[in-house]
Amino acid sequence: MADHPEGGLTVYAALWRHLPGPTWARALLCLVLAFVVVAVCFLWVFPAISPLLPFTESTVGP
Amino acid sequence: MRIRRLVGWTGELLMTLGVLLLLFAAWQLWWTDVAANRVQTQIVQTLEDDFARGTPAPVLDNGIPTAIGKDGAFAVVRIPRFGADYARPVIQGTGRPVLALGIGHYVGTAGPGQVGNFAVAGHRTTYGRPFHDIDRLEDGDRVVVETAGTVYVYEVTSREIVRPWEVDVLDPVPGKPGGTPTEATITMTSCHPKYSATQRFVVHGRLVAEVPRAEWDPSKWLTTPKGA
Repeated sequence: MADHPEGGLTVYAALWRHLPGPTWARALLCLVLAFVVVAVCFLWVFPAISPLLPFTESTVGP
Repeated sequence: MRIRRLVGWTGELLMTLGVLLLLFAAWQLWWTDVAANRVQTQIVQTLEDDFARGTPAPVLDNGIPTAIGKDGAFAVVRIPRFGADYARPVIQGTGRPVLALGIGHYVGTAGPGQVGNFAVAGHRTTYGRPFHDIDRLEDGDRVVVETAGTVYVYEVTSREIVRPWEVDVLDPVPGKPGGTPTEATITMTSCHPKYSATQRFVVHGRLVAEVPRAEWDPSKWLTTPKGA
């Protein structure tokens, strides 16, 4: 395994090392993981955060 | 070695946060429009189908026929200044979930065509941004409100920029608390400036015509104004 000398220091490098399979399979898994993270953010996390921010208020009220 | 590791983690954490912030901006500025436009178009379609079939409108609070369409939508707003195919649903209430589905009707204000003030709110940016171009409305521009039986035509009479707590723009006689209304008016509110919560852009109009659905002629009433 031709790891970067300091690759073992970071979380993403550790993730890459722990993924199974050849390079192409690891790359594919990384893409899938990234997609899952984006989907969770778009569907649940961001809709929950947005009401706490004032950018989209359009009504008048007390 | 321990310091290097700490620096490495901190760097990764900051980069990850940066990417998440960019993702949030993309979601808020782009994805909410994509999702809301799809939903709002569907609601308008369902409403128009109901109207065409003559589905009777159940009467709910203060005489406003609500909940005949999906999600409590009861009218379709058309504003030629915003484009020939501009059509957005009006839904009872002005809560956050409602405004993601279309234009919200302030509960307690008059219904479409009623004497008093038919007051509605819509997003200026994000969530389909139905009132994005509200600042381009000019005196005499038409705002058409289609309901099950009748189509109401309003014309813009004035606009103003107020602070968010100035609720008297919603009064039966806008700006005159306690006044007794003698005519049917419309008030539309949205945020101002864009992407900000510091002010509200408010447009007032008055009813100029009410046309039974059977006699409704879009080519007569939905003409594109000059400069649109």
